[in-house]
Amino acid sequence: MPKRAILALKLLAHLLCLAPFALLLYRFQHDNLGPDPVHTITHFTGNWALYLLLASLAITPLRRLSSSIAFLIRFRRLVGLYAFFYASLHLATYIFLFSGYDLPSVLLAIRAGNPGAILQQWHLVWPTIAGDLLKRRFIQVGIFSWLILLALACTSPAVIMRAIGGKNWQRLHRLVYLAAIAAVIHFWWLVKPGVRTPWKVTVALALLLAARLLYSTLKRRQQPTKVRRTAPLTTQ
Amino acid sequence: MLIRKSGSLASTIASSEITPQHTFDSFKQDRRRFLTGAAALGTAAIAASQLPAIFHPQQVLAASAPQYTVPDPQTPFSKASTYNNFYEFGTDKSEPAKNAHTLHTRPWTVQVDGLVKKPLTLDVDSIQRYRPLETRVYRHRCVEAWSMVIPWEGYSLSEFINFCQPLPSAKYVQFLSLADKKQMPELPGGYDWPYSEGLRLDEAMNPLALLTFGMYGNTLPNQNGAPIRVILPWKYGFKSAKSIVKFHFTDKQPHTLWNEIAPSEYGFYSNVNPTVDHPRWSQAHERRIDSSTFPHSIATLPFNGYADQVASLYNGMDLRKNY
Repeated sequence: MPKRAILALKLLAHLLCLAPFALLLYRFQHDNLGPDPVHTITHFTGNWALYLLLASLAITPLRRLSSSIAFLIRFRRLVGLYAFFYASLHLATYIFLFSGYDLPSVLLAIRAGNPGAILQQWHLVWPTIAGDLLKRRFIQVGIFSWLILLALACTSPAVIMRAIGGKNWQRLHRLVYLAAIAAVIHFWWLVKPGVRTPWKVTVALALLLAARLLYSTLKRRQQPTKVRRTAPLTTQ
Repeated sequence: MLIRKSGSLASTIASSEITPQHTFDSFKQDRRRFLTGAAALGTAAIAASQLPAIFHPQQVLAASAPQYTVPDPQTPFSKASTYNNFYEFGTDKSEPAKNAHTLHTRPWTVQVDGLVKKPLTLDVDSIQRYRPLETRVYRHRCVEAWSMVIPWEGYSLSEFINFCQPLPSAKYVQFLSLADKKQMPELPGGYDWPYSEGLRLDEAMNPLALLTFGMYGNTLPNQNGAPIRVILPWKYGFKSAKSIVKFHFTDKQPHTLWNEIAPSEYGFYSNVNPTVDHPRWSQAHERRIDSSTFPHSIATLPFNGYADQVASLYNGMDLRKNY
């Protein structure tokens, strides 16, 4: 694939990944976030973090289907970083909106020349957030997933990859599976009993994991001498 | 428009408390003409009441009840009627407003059974006409940590319970909602339908408990629990059963749907209590859904601010255990 085409496709990928965020801003501008905007934003950012995480996980199994789409690998980091972007928005929504932090009042106070309100509100809601972190497993598993994504985002530049060495980097970045599993568990643990909304992302994740298992099993069969001793579980 | 309570007027309009909006609007400049025309309107009201309410939001005549009106700014009707937990019409809060048009609210019969002097089957219109309706503006606190302020039309549940003549042995009243796959194609699996809620009888007799037929001056939209529901403002919203088809009086604490499915999350009492967390979130704050674009976060009050009226019901009870 020519360099120019890749560049054009990368630009397109950026635009596509930013489109949900643009839509969210548009809906905010037009007062179109529904009766409970906090609920809407929480779910919107959480959903898109999950969708993009799954999209980044889908790239490897897809490119194995045909060498003609091998170039897809060049988009994996980009999509993964956007997953982290939406996950971070999701976390920020939790801290500054969901926790009870009264962001509208803080913004009004700042405009009125009282930036101290930022910290005053923080002192008010901090006990709630601390309680959540200590007591609530859906919060814990969500934070766990975000921390993995944070580590992967920090180590995503090529310089760092070279510095820590390809093998180590790959080991670290396999944690993305754990992050995806934790994110889906986070979803299941937050919905009410009987609600099955997370089933679609669960099936998608299961299929993606199954595709990898299948691939590595087939590969092992093709190279029976290497079985187990060198663990040829390449994910590239 | 609000017609204030007055003895003679109340009796004049008793037979036509529901009047079609368009008919009523043309009369509302001229109250005297309305009064003389009331008899004729009665016929029109009966005809209109055969149609699903969604097509004809009908004005409900009610007197304001200042002692039951909180001063907080009201939630716009457009928000209160599009953000609903009514799982029979879908589990997403935007779904009931889209799906509930399939509910037929007339004819609608309500059964009264269990420990009562005589089991009854009543038409919802006769229940609605039994007492003059009042408009009460209540705070509504959802267990999910959001809240609204809504004007409801109804009368005290206690008046209806007295009419039902429960036996002295009756200690609880259970509300059973409609569960009809034909009218509720979205009825999700995994729940023990019909929706069931309940109260201790002394709670139900508290004058705050409202037997409700309308909101914002009109009959209830289907998604808000038409044609008859209860409103229990000091409890989390899910206690206020919608689209009720049966009042069952019993001597044992009735099984209630959410309590049965997740007892640690939804207690039988479920009084609003900022000091008892939901297992998944704190109940100390709530997002007040009003006319502002972005809801403010405000502190949640014990019994949703109705402690002086209802706290005595729970004297001597450990409210951390009986959440």
